[in-house]
Amino acid sequence: MTEARHERAPGDRPSREMHESDPSEFFVYTIGLSVAVLLTATSFWAANTTLLWPGGVFLGLAVLAIAQMGIHLVFFLHITSGPESTNNVLALAFGVLIVFVVIAGTMWIVADMNANMMIPSGAPMSMRMQH
Amino acid sequence: MNVAVAIDQIPQDALPSASEAGPAPKRIVVAYGFWIFLLSDIIMFAALFASYSVLVRSTAGGPTGAQLFNQATVAIETACLLVSSYTCGLMSLAVNSRRHFGTYLGALITFALGVTFLGLELREFSSMIAIGATPQRSAFLSAFFTLVGCHGLHVALGLIWLIVMMVQVAVFGFVAKVQHRLLCFSLFWHALDIVWVGVFTVVYLMGVSA
Repeated sequence: MTEARHERAPGDRPSREMHESDPSEFFVYTIGLSVAVLLTATSFWAANTTLLWPGGVFLGLAVLAIAQMGIHLVFFLHITSGPESTNNVLALAFGVLIVFVVIAGTMWIVADMNANMMIPSGAPMSMRMQH
Repeated sequence: MNVAVAIDQIPQDALPSASEAGPAPKRIVVAYGFWIFLLSDIIMFAALFASYSVLVRSTAGGPTGAQLFNQATVAIETACLLVSSYTCGLMSLAVNSRRHFGTYLGALITFALGVTFLGLELREFSSMIAIGATPQRSAFLSAFFTLVGCHGLHVALGLIWLIVMMVQVAVFGFVAKVQHRLLCFSLFWHALDIVWVGVFTVVYLMGVSA
């Protein structure tokens, strides 16, 4: 067993012999697909239903999307919390931080600038970005 | 004090640490490097998502998302990409156990679904352009075509990459180098599906419900 304490490649299953096909790996992908289909179907239903409060639909869609991205990461990309995938998780955490800073920071700054924009006298209100 | 005690209690026959075991195998180094690239690619998509969210209401009197988007098309596109991600996963299982037939079958289904996705997207784009909703029409449409088009471009590149990989499997067989590349391809394809989850939620579903 040459299994030293190495990191695991992203996308690889935890410490399996690579040459034998294991039926449990097939089930991992199948479970991932079923959960992803369920979440996608819920997203499409929530966007079209009139049963829900429209303000809540927006938040619900965001939650469903983040949940589905998590499902893809765990079941398709095999990102785990195990010790052999620490580097992968750390890189992912840094990526998520930057994504959050870019998106939330942009929306915050631009919304703030838009709210504080000086409208020259006589200019139409349509100079504001809302239309 | 407690730290020193805890270190003393580590069993001596544990696995060697990573530094004692020498450099990591090529497979891990290659896949980790590609993982870093994918994360940087996702950060680029984050910038496009941010600009889209800022510009989504700037339609300049032109058509809005609710008037342009067809949810049935988006649902079929989503299904294609999701199932192709699944078949790509099954293909990587066949690659790991060195089964030629399973690899070719998985690649063929993945390719067919990817082409269907791309065809539907191009048809959507051309029908939008036909009614005057071009990227030049408004800031909203510029941001839309940049974001969705960039994802479509990635899918197109992934399809070309898949053809190249199947040629390499046919010519070289399952040598280590080809296996590393196939691992990178499956990472790339799964990452594209994750980006698409963001696209269909933010662009299409929030666009028609808001």
